[in-house]
Amino acid sequence: MREVGFRGGGFAPRNLPFAGALTLVLVVASWQIAASLGWISTRFLPAPLAIIQALVGLAQSGELRLHLAASLSRLAWGWAAGTAAGLMVGFALGLFSLARTPGLAIVSALFPVPKIALVPLFIVWFGIGEGSKLVTLGFGVFFPTVINTLAGVDGVSRSLIRMGQSFGLSRTAILTKIVLPGALPAILAGFRITTATAIILLVAAEMIGAEYGIGAFVLSAGNLYDTDALLAGITVLSLLGLSISWAISRLERWLLAWR
Amino acid sequence: MTAKSAVALSVEAVSHSYRDLRALDDITLAIPAGEVTVLVGPSGCGKSTLLGILGGLIAPSQGRVLMEGPIADDCLNPLTYVFQDFALLPWRDVGGNVALGLEAAGLSRDARAARVAEVLALTGLGAFATAWPKQLSGGMRQRVGIARALAVHPAVLLMDEPLSALDAQTRALLLEEFSALITASGVTTVYVTHTLSEAALLGQQIVVLSRRPGRIRDIVRINRPLAGRRVGDSDLVAVEARLWGLIRDDAADAAREFADA
Repeated sequence: MREVGFRGGGFAPRNLPFAGALTLVLVVASWQIAASLGWISTRFLPAPLAIIQALVGLAQSGELRLHLAASLSRLAWGWAAGTAAGLMVGFALGLFSLARTPGLAIVSALFPVPKIALVPLFIVWFGIGEGSKLVTLGFGVFFPTVINTLAGVDGVSRSLIRMGQSFGLSRTAILTKIVLPGALPAILAGFRITTATAIILLVAAEMIGAEYGIGAFVLSAGNLYDTDALLAGITVLSLLGLSISWAISRLERWLLAWR
Repeated sequence: MTAKSAVALSVEAVSHSYRDLRALDDITLAIPAGEVTVLVGPSGCGKSTLLGILGGLIAPSQGRVLMEGPIADDCLNPLTYVFQDFALLPWRDVGGNVALGLEAAGLSRDARAARVAEVLALTGLGAFATAWPKQLSGGMRQRVGIARALAVHPAVLLMDEPLSALDAQTRALLLEEFSALITASGVTTVYVTHTLSEAALLGQQIVVLSRRPGRIRDIVRINRPLAGRRVGDSDLVAVEARLWGLIRDDAADAAREFADA
């Protein structure tokens, strides 16, 4: 007689508490030690402490506030405009047959175009100032928002819409009480993509032509071989991305508590 | 002032096709006020299509449905459905789901709260008003579906296989509750089911539909009140056997058709 061996384990990864933070701390500490011991050239890759010192210096001089304010303003306006337009078009494609087929053709044709490639064209159209930067951001945010909103609207169960009709809900009520909340998870998932896209396009647009902004600051630091300042700018961008991701998580937890 | 609804439906020469597929063919049927009419038949016979046509959710290709009889003043949605998949809004709690039809009717907040409390108590959901649908079992979810339907004081209750997504024990318990609720309210009910024992326990008029295209094969009447009917009653067992005799060949053909597909 033999005991039946267990063979059903594995394939069930779980989140280990504190493992993520601990990993980051270990990487940064190793980096600092390697720099201090001279194992890596701090001219090409400054030590974490040097980057923090550069960041503190930028904050104290007021330079960080100036660049960050310019970037945040562009990010907020560009993202909001692209999102608003994307939501409207996404809902129109999801709800109206007349909008759906022609709209999808246009979206499918333009979505794959790398938006960075359009920056020179936008500069020709809207000038080197704020207009071209906001349009670049808005354009980049618009398409993923349309696609996610459309997927969200399409994903709303027909049975729920039938139910709403059977109880005499108006078209507006079906839209606000069934379609919008039903599409919200997909829309919020799209926000994660569009905020990341917006930061990428923001930096690209600021590198092409801006006096102020984190992208312009990073480019200028690179031109001066000031790698401490360059990585301080990149750290700010990373923290900006993390903060936005955290805010979206909070928003999801609040709006999608029913899940 | 009309205190109680007593609505009958007349189905006049209704046919329906989905493109080239004929689902229903020349259905003429009277659904008496205050009775439970059960629609049974093999898979794909058009039972749910007929129910959709009765409540105005599907426009028939031919024919029409007429309503006659008084509708109570407090009836907010004369033709009200209970759905097979419950069709609850997952982002609304139980109370919010039950209130949906009342909001559509423009009832005041206080009036809504009173009706919601009334039907939640009636369906044994009083303690679950703030629960999310995901926290409920299938049986409890369908209770919410029933509560939502009863809250609008319907003139006709249209139930589309309301128990088919549930386990056998929950089905038996809920069927007893449906029977009691329908008897108490006296609402005209059309009930679609695959299960012949459900048809015999709940039906006063049982309409047997043939395989696609759905035609009326026979109408079986049980002239006995719902109250007091029990599983295993000899007359009901005999009705079940008769229904099975009417359906068996069509059901076998339908099963072969699906297996071949």
